[in-house]
Amino acid sequence: MIKVYIPRDSSALGLGAEQVAEAVQAEAGRRQANITLVRNGSRGLYWLEPMVEVETPAGRVAYGPVSSSDVASLFDAGFLEGKPHALSQGLTAEIPYLKNQERLTFSRVGITDPVSLEDYISHEGYRGLRRALTLEPSVIVDEVTESGLRGRGGAAFPTGIKWRTVLNAPSEQKYIVCNADEGDSGTFSDRMVMECDPFVLIEGMTIAGLAVGATQGYIYLRCEYPHAHVALNEAIAAAEQGGYLGDNLLGTGKSFRLEVRLGAGAYVCGEETSLLESLEGKRGLVRYKPPLPAIEGLFGKPTVINNVISLASVPIILDKGGAFYRDFGMGRSRGTLPIQLAGNLKYPGLVEKAFGVTLREILYDFGGGSASGRPIRAVQVGGPLGAYLPESQFDTPLDYEAFAAIWAVLGHGGVVAFDDTIDMSKMARYGMEFCAEESCGKCTPCRIGSTRGVEVIDKIRAGEDRDRNVALLRDLSETMLAGSLCALGGMTPYPVLSALNHFPEDFGVTAAEKVA
Amino acid sequence: MSEQEWNIDGVREIVLGLKDKPGALLPILHAIQDRLGYVPPDSVPLIAGELNLSRAEVHGVISFYHYFRETPPGRNTIYLCRAEACQAMGSDALEAHAKQRLGIGYHENTADGQFSLEPVYCLGNCACSPSIMVGKDVHGRVSPERFDEIIEATKAKP
Repeated sequence: MIKVYIPRDSSALGLGAEQVAEAVQAEAGRRQANITLVRNGSRGLYWLEPMVEVETPAGRVAYGPVSSSDVASLFDAGFLEGKPHALSQGLTAEIPYLKNQERLTFSRVGITDPVSLEDYISHEGYRGLRRALTLEPSVIVDEVTESGLRGRGGAAFPTGIKWRTVLNAPSEQKYIVCNADEGDSGTFSDRMVMECDPFVLIEGMTIAGLAVGATQGYIYLRCEYPHAHVALNEAIAAAEQGGYLGDNLLGTGKSFRLEVRLGAGAYVCGEETSLLESLEGKRGLVRYKPPLPAIEGLFGKPTVINNVISLASVPIILDKGGAFYRDFGMGRSRGTLPIQLAGNLKYPGLVEKAFGVTLREILYDFGGGSASGRPIRAVQVGGPLGAYLPESQFDTPLDYEAFAAIWAVLGHGGVVAFDDTIDMSKMARYGMEFCAEESCGKCTPCRIGSTRGVEVIDKIRAGEDRDRNVALLRDLSETMLAGSLCALGGMTPYPVLSALNHFPEDFGVTAAEKVA
Repeated sequence: MSEQEWNIDGVREIVLGLKDKPGALLPILHAIQDRLGYVPPDSVPLIAGELNLSRAEVHGVISFYHYFRETPPGRNTIYLCRAEACQAMGSDALEAHAKQRLGIGYHENTADGQFSLEPVYCLGNCACSPSIMVGKDVHGRVSPERFDEIIEATKAKP
């Protein structure tokens, strides 16, 4: 019996993986080849998707990108024995893009069957939970604090401190909420975890529950991710069946229950307090802070609210110890970051690296430069609220503090590259337009400022009273930065002003005027 | 909107089945839209009554979220990504092509009732831009030619 792997990841499906799987099954039947088809997650080498892997005595051999019309020739070439073919990529583990990563959180992604509990456990799954079940809550929190893990959603707040606050908040009922409203353009690592290794998120949330004394968890998932919804629900059912969720976790008498809730297309619901309002069944209006969600969160109860990647990093921390995780990284950015390479790049995909790798290494050594073959002119890091970086800043290491020092953000680790055909004044306008579209409307700088911002940029682009309008745009941006209630209005000036500062010529402004 | 176009008993059954969940309104609206394709405005009093909310509160929630709609969609909804990663790979041209090919703008239905077109801000398919989603199926690296093929294949589906 030969094992053949074809991903069920939505990006792979969007490139025809289902048709390839059907063709492989049919061709195997015709040739009476004895195969087992496993629908794994994606390895994250998206330019090779749909990527087909075959298990051989030497390890898995990869072929890609495969279309259904290639299937007969793959059989002819003997791909079931791992033999050469024009689409052969050799041993998967030896592909440099993969080999040069440090996959901790993503250690199983693309390797296992995402919804097989058995597969998860045989690949070091649930070892973190087993250890956590033997520890005092406070010791679990200490381990996470020791790891140096900071919130991977973008704000980079130390996870251990957040958990400690909830642990110390007295309440009969507490909640664990997973922020799976991955709305930032250019980011897909949450989606990959949920589609390709959902158990690691479930395990991380269960450990969080034990750590702070919460028995109910919610995953707030954006409705744009229907495949993740299916995979999560299948995995939750399997975990319940196996005694890893429910009222008697592995026979210890401890309980944790989990439910997936769907968002409804509002970007602002990725903001934690807006998300909590939405979970409560309301409009996603941002709340004033304090009180912090850790004190008064969901339904007014102490709540841990963490991003998917933060929670999915917890099992390996509990399994291998906080010190193991902390030993990766640089400065105050400890561990690894799953970096998502997107936009105009030759080799887009998922690169999990220890903090400290430079943007240039990511763009060229991994990304291979632009897909169009033209020079990369600008890179937006950290989603639609992240700054645009020019070539002169490409040597910045991926580190929260190094990015803050150049008035940029690492955010959720999304990297979107643009070639030299991009008009940066158009991107600045889009930044304001997006904010206007997605503003919850609660605070004036965001609600009104974004619309006025679109108008002012239109005037600048039209050459209307340019100097005065540029000054007005800067003034408006200051107001939004300082006066907005949350990061939506408060960070929209990052893409806008970075575009203006680094690419003034696209606004019809000369560099000299910019300095003035 | 006539009463005959949707079955009030079906909606009541959904509301009664979910109303005791904490924060039940979004799950209820999703279930109604899954069943009917939209949330009929004249179902709002029923939902509000069962949840002990005002009609304004329920309407406020429906109108806040881009995904919920109060009019019937076409047979297939096409979500076209407008976000940055797709822009970097030519989604502006794809958007223009889609509108021209379908003969509609955003939030509109084609005259034959086959398609609705909605903008979306990221499908998490950013390594395979530009992207669209038809129903629940994501498609990556969508050129204008590929868009036409997807449209024809979708129409041909029973």
